Amino acid sequence: MKQSVFPSKILPYILLLPTFIILVIFLFYPAFETFRLSFYKVNPYTNATKFAGLYNFKKVLFNPDYGHSFGISILFSLFVVILGIVVSLALAALLNQNFKGAKIYRTLMIWPYALSPAIAGALFNFLFNPANGIICFFSNNYTWLTNGSSAFVVIAIAATWKNLGYNVVFYLTALRNVPSDSLEAAAIDGAGPFKRFFKITLAFVSPTTFFLFVMNTTYAYFASFGLIDVLTEGGPVDSTNILIYQLYKDFFVNSRIGYAAAESLVLFCIVVLITVVQFRTTGKKVHYQ
Amino acid sequence: MIVKKRTIISFHVLSILAVFIICLPVLLAIIISSQTEVQVLSNPPKLTFSNNWVSNYSTAWDRIDLGRMMFNSGFIAIMVTVGKIIMSLLAAFAFTHFNFKGKNILFFIIIVTLLLPVPVRIVALFDVVRGFDWINTYAGLIVPFWASATGTFLFIQRFKTIPSELIDASKIDGCKPMQYFFRVLLPLTKNTIGALVVIEFIYIWNQYLWPLMATNTDNMRVVQIGIKMLMNAESSNNWGVIMAGVIITIIPPLVVFFLLQESFMRGFALQSEK
Repeated sequence: MKQSVFPSKILPYILLLPTFIILVIFLFYPAFETFRLSFYKVNPYTNATKFAGLYNFKKVLFNPDYGHSFGISILFSLFVVILGIVVSLALAALLNQNFKGAKIYRTLMIWPYALSPAIAGALFNFLFNPANGIICFFSNNYTWLTNGSSAFVVIAIAATWKNLGYNVVFYLTALRNVPSDSLEAAAIDGAGPFKRFFKITLAFVSPTTFFLFVMNTTYAYFASFGLIDVLTEGGPVDSTNILIYQLYKDFFVNSRIGYAAAESLVLFCIVVLITVVQFRTTGKKVHYQ
Repeated sequence: MIVKKRTIISFHVLSILAVFIICLPVLLAIIISSQTEVQVLSNPPKLTFSNNWVSNYSTAWDRIDLGRMMFNSGFIAIMVTVGKIIMSLLAAFAFTHFNFKGKNILFFIIIVTLLLPVPVRIVALFDVVRGFDWINTYAGLIVPFWASATGTFLFIQRFKTIPSELIDASKIDGCKPMQYFFRVLLPLTKNTIGALVVIEFIYIWNQYLWPLMATNTDNMRVVQIGIKMLMNAESSNNWGVIMAGVIITIIPPLVVFFLLQESFMRGFALQSEK
């Protein structure tokens, strides 16, 4: 369908001007400049720069601590994405059933969307703190946050909990758009509710699944910074030190500017990779209405 | 389809269970925020309300100048939301209602910004903002967030569903483009604007990394940083006070969320309709 247009030649540029001014100054220039700085050594006191080729990247990629941080980030994002998607699809499927009160339950399930990762961090810190955390009390006084792997589980659960509402909203919308005639036809053919769900519904909501895969991955890599800073500060012994937290420390605490810029570029590559993978798989396999 | 009564009951049981687990952290926080330090530290934990509300909430409010931080966060969130919505409305209007040279390239450039979240450009963004002398200013916390691919996409999707006949009719009536924008388009876009208000207000209110870097004086701090400051100030693990602070800071985004919940859901629904 071709939309009718207004004939004006200059007006559209005027309309786009404010957006592009902001984009150039605060998005493209900083991104380009970060890219450039990653090839330089920068003096933190004088800001003098010296070309260093791939020096920063070598230092980043051959640093075992960085490799450790990388592994933790991948594990963390997989945990958050998989648990988040499975649980929220189940909740959305439940809310999508036709029963009284479903709307109230919906509201009561999605509102943590409005909370921040830092708040989630404070809440889980309170639940799991070694002194009098309620969960510690109910788990034989086990101090979750002083052990590396259990601290990791706590941040992963906190991050998943905080993002459930967001995921449920998207799945609810997707479930509503599943054509009911396909489901009815399958029911007539004798497919039970579980078979219908796995054979038909899952295929129809797959574009949403892929979208949420990307959104939850970027959420795990970037937005969880506040959660980590409030809950564990990357500890104990770096066991929750994900890439974005390491980047913050290198840039802001240790003033290693060129090095941090190289870390940014690595993060950028991860975002691009995830997006490309998402576009390719979406294009090939995913069912569109 | 007739659904059995037992199935309905099991739906309710499952829903109540899920709601309970999801709400539990905040529920416990509210309970704890009513207790004195002694009650908080009691073993086994006391899981009922007490009457130390006023003391905890006023201590949390005074200890870190929470009032000032609430104002900062609110002001920043409102200014970003308004600026972002205006800019993306205008951009979406340009892309959907005009033909012009370079349209595809400009659209592509906006898509590319999705690949550039704050952490990817933070090193140089900090330099740019420092260059403008915007550290510890509202401008430094507001202006860099005004452009938005999400907003532009959402409005483009909405504008595309509005029938072409409306434009043709207004052109025949001699309606100028901006008149059409204000009189016809805007009133039809209320739900999408509502959805974007929820998304952006909550996004900015909840931001952490950028305000942490772009401010360092107490009077420019935002509530998210304030929560950590409160936790450090209450080193004795006086969780009643800390949880009182948490409850205060989650009220504004929750109010926005509950007030605009319907638009929020509908705005999303429209987005996914092809």
